[in-house]
Amino acid sequence: MTTATKEYWRWKEYNWHDETMDPKGADTITAGVDIGSVSSQAVVMVNGELYAYSNMRTGSDSPDSARKAMNWALEGTGLKPDDIHYTVGTGYGRVNVPFADRAITEIACHARGGNMMYGSTVRTILDMGGQDCKAIHCDERGKVTNFLMNDKCAAGTGRGMEVFADLLNVSIEDVGDLSLAVDEEPPPVSSTCVVFAKSEASSLLREGWSTNRVLAAYCSAMAHRVVSLLERIGVEKDFAITGGIAKNSGVATRLEKELNLVSLKSKYDTQIAGALGGALFAKALVEKQRKKGG
Amino acid sequence: MKANYGYLDGSGEYFITIDTDHCTECTEHGCVAACPAGLFEIIVDDYDDEVAAIKEEHRKKVKYDCGPCKPVTDRPPLPCIAACPADAITHSW
Amino acid sequence: MTTAGIDMGAKYIKVVILKDGQVLSKAMVATGFEPAVSAQKCLEEAVQGAGVELSAVDHITSTGAGRKAAPGIHSDITDVGAAARGTTHLHQEVRTVIDVGAEEGRGIKVEADGKVVDFAVNEKCAAGAGAFAEAMSRALEVSLEDFGQLSLKSEKTIPMNAQCAVFAESEVVSLVHAKTPKHDISRAVHDAIASRIVSMVRRVGINKEVALVGGVSHNPGFVDALSRGLETQVLVPENPEYIGALGAALVAEERAKS
Ligand code: SF4
Ligand code: SF4
Repeated sequence: MTTATKEYWRWKEYNWHDETMDPKGADTITAGVDIGSVSSQAVVMVNGELYAYSNMRTGSDSPDSARKAMNWALEGTGLKPDDIHYTVGTGYGRVNVPFADRAITEIACHARGGNMMYGSTVRTILDMGGQDCKAIHCDERGKVTNFLMNDKCAAGTGRGMEVFADLLNVSIEDVGDLSLAVDEEPPPVSSTCVVFAKSEASSLLREGWSTNRVLAAYCSAMAHRVVSLLERIGVEKDFAITGGIAKNSGVATRLEKELNLVSLKSKYDTQIAGALGGALFAKALVEKQRKKGG
Repeated sequence: MKANYGYLDGSGEYFITIDTDHCTECTEHGCVAACPAGLFEIIVDDYDDEVAAIKEEHRKKVKYDCGPCKPVTDRPPLPCIAACPADAITHSW
Repeated sequence: MTTAGIDMGAKYIKVVILKDGQVLSKAMVATGFEPAVSAQKCLEEAVQGAGVELSAVDHITSTGAGRKAAPGIHSDITDVGAAARGTTHLHQEVRTVIDVGAEEGRGIKVEADGKVVDFAVNEKCAAGAGAFAEAMSRALEVSLEDFGQLSLKSEKTIPMNAQCAVFAESEVVSLVHAKTPKHDISRAVHDAIASRIVSMVRRVGINKEVALVGGVSHNPGFVDALSRGLETQVLVPENPEYIGALGAALVAEERAKS
């Protein structure tokens, strides 16, 4: 299957755990599992501290992907799935995490995770994924105050960028740098629609535009489009970008320029924002449960 | 929380925004019955509040699903907006 | 009196030459990269076919997306106006004109004399126009002609979830992998576009008779899907691709008289 086996961004699967911590017998061990359309992450927290995580490709079967992500996060830690007190499932496949105690939307989890990753001052989070684009505004506790998710239209997603890169015979991870290697910023591609932008690009090439210039015109159209989505929820400092397109400097740089804001950097791996938020939710939920249970 | 359901595509921006802070105090939930296309439902959200939302299956086609309520001329007030006592609903188009 | 209507479409330029209300000739030329040059060529072909001199044409009216770029014109008219005028000239009983091209769809409410009462448009999103079917036929690796025909063989309604031409391509590919017969996929694709067109046309009201014009009217799968969606048989006028040019030529005649 051509479309499913292609990756939006080339990346390696990985896992990590904190060797300095000893999780055995800890009060609260919680987990968040984020099943996205392209990749899945599992995060394990011990007493509210990040302890272990994994990032893998999502397979065709969500429950199976969830189990695999979890087992891989726990690999070498000595912990077993049964040691986890509470698990939250999130992401597009959140209802298909068989061992989850609760499902929470990726919007709420992203905000919660972002709050820990970027600090409590973060107000606007933009997540540009393979198949959707989310804009979230949140308060100092990481609670969502305003959000939108655009998963109808491929323009402004990794998928749209991939179609474009294919057309120009450029590998997807080079798009950003090439688009920035122009002497002068061209006017943005005028069609938003990926299908029509493709024909526009073909005629620009025929007019003698260089590949880089066409890429620049597309990246700037994409940045512009994302800005209009952000404006709907209100852009405020501090601002953070997560997801695959955060790695595309061609879009990210133009976006920052148009917003006149510099996005925050995090010491954490931004891929795990959703799963981390899930694990944080899980901690709050298990504590609530214990209080009730006496 | 302001929840924006809908999308931006090449043809324009089609969002239904629900200010769910109002929903928590609402007992009528008039929007659910008012919408002839059945777009609304009451859900328990991630923060355990009972709020109105647009059903998943309508989120990617609100422009079309709301079409009958939005004739080109003689457009009456939208039933969903009229039915909400708290003015919690807005449409972007 | 001799007039010309020139339809500057995104893909093809069409010209109709009229003499006292009668069509003398028609011509079609691919738009290419220099629309003005192609238009000139198309116009010359048409007058030659009509056996008249270009200088003998009293009034030229252009229409279509690139109508301002047409050479030597006396006036222009919108796509909507031209489609309405052209269709009602051939079929007075039509009250709703649906014009679907590769890049946009329009629903037009008309009076018997071709006057436009109301209209609605789907544009700038390939999912709402003929480009959607083109993209899906490419994904299925069948020609657009065969793709439309195929759909007539299907009796099954399968829903398509994706509302975007790009995401729908992946959906079509997964349907193929799930061994869904191509004719059922074709019907699903045509139903999907038709349902978006129907919702759009509802906004102006659907009154009989309903006519379909524009490039997509050649696709029998779409005509069938649209007729089912509207619950009324859609009429397709003769030479539907020339309706815009015909409408423009008729308007040219009126304008030349006044
Ligand atoms: S505008 Fe283009 S890319 Fe966006 S939904 Fe429509 S078809 Fe898809
Ligand atoms: S405009 Fe009509 S169809 Fe749309 S949400 Fe409101 S009541 Fe429902």
